[in-house]
Amino acid sequence: MSIFEYNGSALLAMVGKNCFAIARDRRLGVQLQTIATNFQRIYKMHDRLFLGHSGLATDAQTLYRRLVFRTKRDMKPETFASMVSALLYEKRFGPYFCQPVIAGLGDEDKPFICTMDSIGAKELAKDFVVTGTASESLYGACEAMFKPDMEAETIAQALLSSVDRDCLSGWGGHVYFVIPTEVKERILKGRMD
Amino acid sequence: MECVFGLVGEGFAVVVADTSAVHSILVHKSNEDKIMVLDSHKLIAASGEPGDRVQFTEYIQKNVALYQFRNGIPLTTAAAANFTRGELATALRKNPYSVNILLAGYDKETGPSLYYIDYIATLHKVDKGAFGYGSYFSLSTMDRHYHSRMSVEEAIDLVDKCIIEIRSRLVVAPPNFVIKIVDKDGAREYAWRETVKDADVASA
Repeated sequence: MSIFEYNGSALLAMVGKNCFAIARDRRLGVQLQTIATNFQRIYKMHDRLFLGHSGLATDAQTLYRRLVFRTKRDMKPETFASMVSALLYEKRFGPYFCQPVIAGLGDEDKPFICTMDSIGAKELAKDFVVTGTASESLYGACEAMFKPDMEAETIAQALLSSVDRDCLSGWGGHVYFVIPTEVKERILKGRMD
Repeated sequence: MECVFGLVGEGFAVVVADTSAVHSILVHKSNEDKIMVLDSHKLIAASGEPGDRVQFTEYIQKNVALYQFRNGIPLTTAAAANFTRGELATALRKNPYSVNILLAGYDKETGPSLYYIDYIATLHKVDKGAFGYGSYFSLSTMDRHYHSRMSVEEAIDLVDKCIIEIRSRLVVAPPNFVIKIVDKDGAREYAWRETVKDADVASA
């Protein structure tokens, strides 16, 4: 089994009109065994910037600790993404085994999302980004359900339907829906298995 | 074949570990205490490579004590857990420790807590956790019978159910277990569950 699939995860972010949503599953596993069903993978860097990591849980935690005190209060998401990319490429020949998803509101409340691979190759997208063990299902679900300028309901449906087909991720979902004035957090109940 | 598991109850946390010291097919001793008292209100139950287990837990214990000497107040359980994770994570890509840890503690402000820290430094706060082959039996038993805010009697009853399950279903089940508990009165040994007693060493 690949080291990226050791703990199991599913993460996605979607763009709406002057808002974004970032969602993840809640499972922490060790290969076939489930350890916990409330694992935290999305971190709030500041009110308008969220970071999530899929892949190896220990590296996700280590990367968060390396970033948390380097993020300034009003850092632009584009800047933050470049910083994460540089941090990952530093370890080019001994990488962190995780793929980050960064979502934030930039200047004039323009939503920004991006993902990168484990060595920092950025992938900017205008609509949605996905990572994790369920990424193929997530791509399919998002492509089918995404329309510009939507609400958070769609991201929840896309996440739940994708993780239902992946044994390594699931046990519910956790969505942050961010508009310029507030952050809404929701726990989703899906197939609990 | 090492079995370590633990759970959180109403105002206390309990951890259980087997007590076999094994080298290949030989059992050196059956009363090896794998749950270290970290400080007055913390327990660290460790399983894994025997040398790493003792070295690493002693290192953590001494550093936790040093913090208390330097600053006059003890670390919280969360802080100790994060420190332990940090040490494992730093060593991971240089000279990894093969130790899995369940850290149980009681804080006056936040009550009892249990932290799952595996050998690659994944940290998670849990209500019930387990390591080793025994986890396949103890986690399922705990999933079935655990509820939040269990009393000490209910928790020890659940612990005994897990031990019975491990003894009857694991092919090389360890014979003896030690149970330790931590609550507002501190961390202490609660009981042993023995089926094999080591013979006393004859005096010279």
